[in-house]
Amino acid sequence: MNFKTTRRGLIALALGLSFGSSAFADVNLLNVSYDPTRELYQEYNAAFAKHWKAKTGEAVNIKASHGGSGKQARAVIDGLDADVVTLALAYDIDEVANAGLLAKDWQKKLPLNASPYTSTIVLLVRKGNPKGIKDWGDLVKPGVEVITPNPKTSGGARWNYLAAWGYAKQLKGGNDATAKDFVKKLYGNVKVLDSGARGSTTTFVERGIGDVLIAWENEAYLSLKELGPDKFEIVTPSVSILAEPPVAVVDKIVDKKGTRKAATEYLNYLYSPEGQEIAAKNFYRPTDKKVAAKYAKQFANLKLITVDKEFGGWDKAQKAHFSDGGVFDQIYVK
Amino acid sequence: MAATISLHLGPAHADRYENNPATRETPWVKWTVIGISLAFFALFLLLPLVVVFYEALRKGWDAYLAALVDPDALSSVRLTLLAAAISVPLNLVFGVAAAWAIAKFDFPGKSFLITLIDLPFSVSPVVAGLIFVLVFGRTGWLGPWFIENDMKVVFAVPGIVLATIFVTFPFVARELIPLMEAQGRDEEEASTVLGASGWQTFWHVTLPNIKWGLIYGVILCNARAMGEFGAVSVVSGHIRGETNTMPLHVEIIYSEYKFAAAFAVASLLAILALLTLLVKTWIEWRAARARDEEAAEGS
Repeated sequence: MNFKTTRRGLIALALGLSFGSSAFADVNLLNVSYDPTRELYQEYNAAFAKHWKAKTGEAVNIKASHGGSGKQARAVIDGLDADVVTLALAYDIDEVANAGLLAKDWQKKLPLNASPYTSTIVLLVRKGNPKGIKDWGDLVKPGVEVITPNPKTSGGARWNYLAAWGYAKQLKGGNDATAKDFVKKLYGNVKVLDSGARGSTTTFVERGIGDVLIAWENEAYLSLKELGPDKFEIVTPSVSILAEPPVAVVDKIVDKKGTRKAATEYLNYLYSPEGQEIAAKNFYRPTDKKVAAKYAKQFANLKLITVDKEFGGWDKAQKAHFSDGGVFDQIYVK
Repeated sequence: MAATISLHLGPAHADRYENNPATRETPWVKWTVIGISLAFFALFLLLPLVVVFYEALRKGWDAYLAALVDPDALSSVRLTLLAAAISVPLNLVFGVAAAWAIAKFDFPGKSFLITLIDLPFSVSPVVAGLIFVLVFGRTGWLGPWFIENDMKVVFAVPGIVLATIFVTFPFVARELIPLMEAQGRDEEEASTVLGASGWQTFWHVTLPNIKWGLIYGVILCNARAMGEFGAVSVVSGHIRGETNTMPLHVEIIYSEYKFAAAFAVASLLAILALLTLLVKTWIEWRAARARDEEAAEGS
């Protein structure tokens, strides 16, 4: 073996590899988001790059990172340089704020609780609905296999859990004790607990495990669109929860990188008709009235409870249900 | 010559046992054993490999190529090659140094060092990744210092390289230690007595002796470096087009319903693995030939 040639080859390779990548944009933004928003932000990032170019003449390059919401918040706290976080629920951004990376009143800096789009939780079943699932109550029946992610790591999973709790509580004679009993039975039927919403979708849709997937509305519609309506059906329950996935600029990082202006506009543009249209096309419920009216047919009208009214806000809900030793730990035994 | 003892050399004179009635197995035992191992091989190794290529090409060549020249896919290939190009040479140097120290010298803590070298094999890769996050993360031991000085370790390329080095550390050393121990110090001592300097002894005596084992270790090390998922996943941060290696990229596009594209990139990894195997087989063949030639010269 000729070591000299090898060495020269390696050096050439290393040099060649160190170029490339995206060092040519004027502004680089990193959006750290949760699992099901991949398609949404892929489309939105392209639209925003055009918008920013028209507005300022600068080329903006937006990178995205996706994963379970809690896991992503943890990564930002541990040093992932996110200019903006677009997570599944307010508590996860609160955690980032508690680590000192952004102001604690972040949710007041943008309209509508900093949630440009909303969603809810629905049930996805196999074509023909072989187990006859019509509402939350059917999920606790013996022999029904349920797929939902782990509330410890996934934001969507926490919405799923709270929606089920809310359903049990609004039943006749419902109270905290009956609700606890209900979710205990429900999680007793859970077959696989993935770490993120997309993982659960893959488990249900691709690997064919389980009878019903508790999913984000947008995620359920996306599965239908990607894999054909001949395989799955969406079941809209009688009651669900208004899910508000919030967005925020990460103060400490944009100030260090000098990207505050672009990052702020990136989030504001989500509220514009263009941004709302992209959200609606990706099955998120738009908050802009005109766009919402245009896409009204797409979204089922159902009774939605809110975290603030039903659980006294995310901080309380998190501490009571999902912290170590909370209700979820008490009811979920392997 | 003991230079190749740790290499697993070809057919070990099977016909000697076959032709001797005393050691010959009955045909049905022989064929059952062969049948079982072939069936197992087909089911667990060949079938997945075929599936990967079948799924990758299901939408045709154009879709296959489009998946590979996608900017995010190219960036993942670049990052995977970069991580391997840095970690393999470093582990080659570390591995030779460690094996040298263990095989040629006696010192206190030697068995402890041998155990330490095996640590990456016994520790779960996820734990390995977490160690780097805990040390170099923003809230970690050294993280704040690195961030103050504008250096990124975790959730950036250096973290991925570090994690790769960690999980591939034992390959070269593990391959060399038994080899060098078996060789003993006689030849080096002779060389030193004849007046060679330390470097001369290393280049002209030690290195030629361990050459084949070394190359073998490097190949295994490289295969693992390119395929590593767990540890790299923890330190990556999953920034598209920036910190995703090929295995991570495969997982991401798979969960985006781009199944053909995911299998296309997976097939690229499989091709790299097959190439590795080819080179490995060639090395073994060359090593066996070198041994036979030496044996012929000796007789």
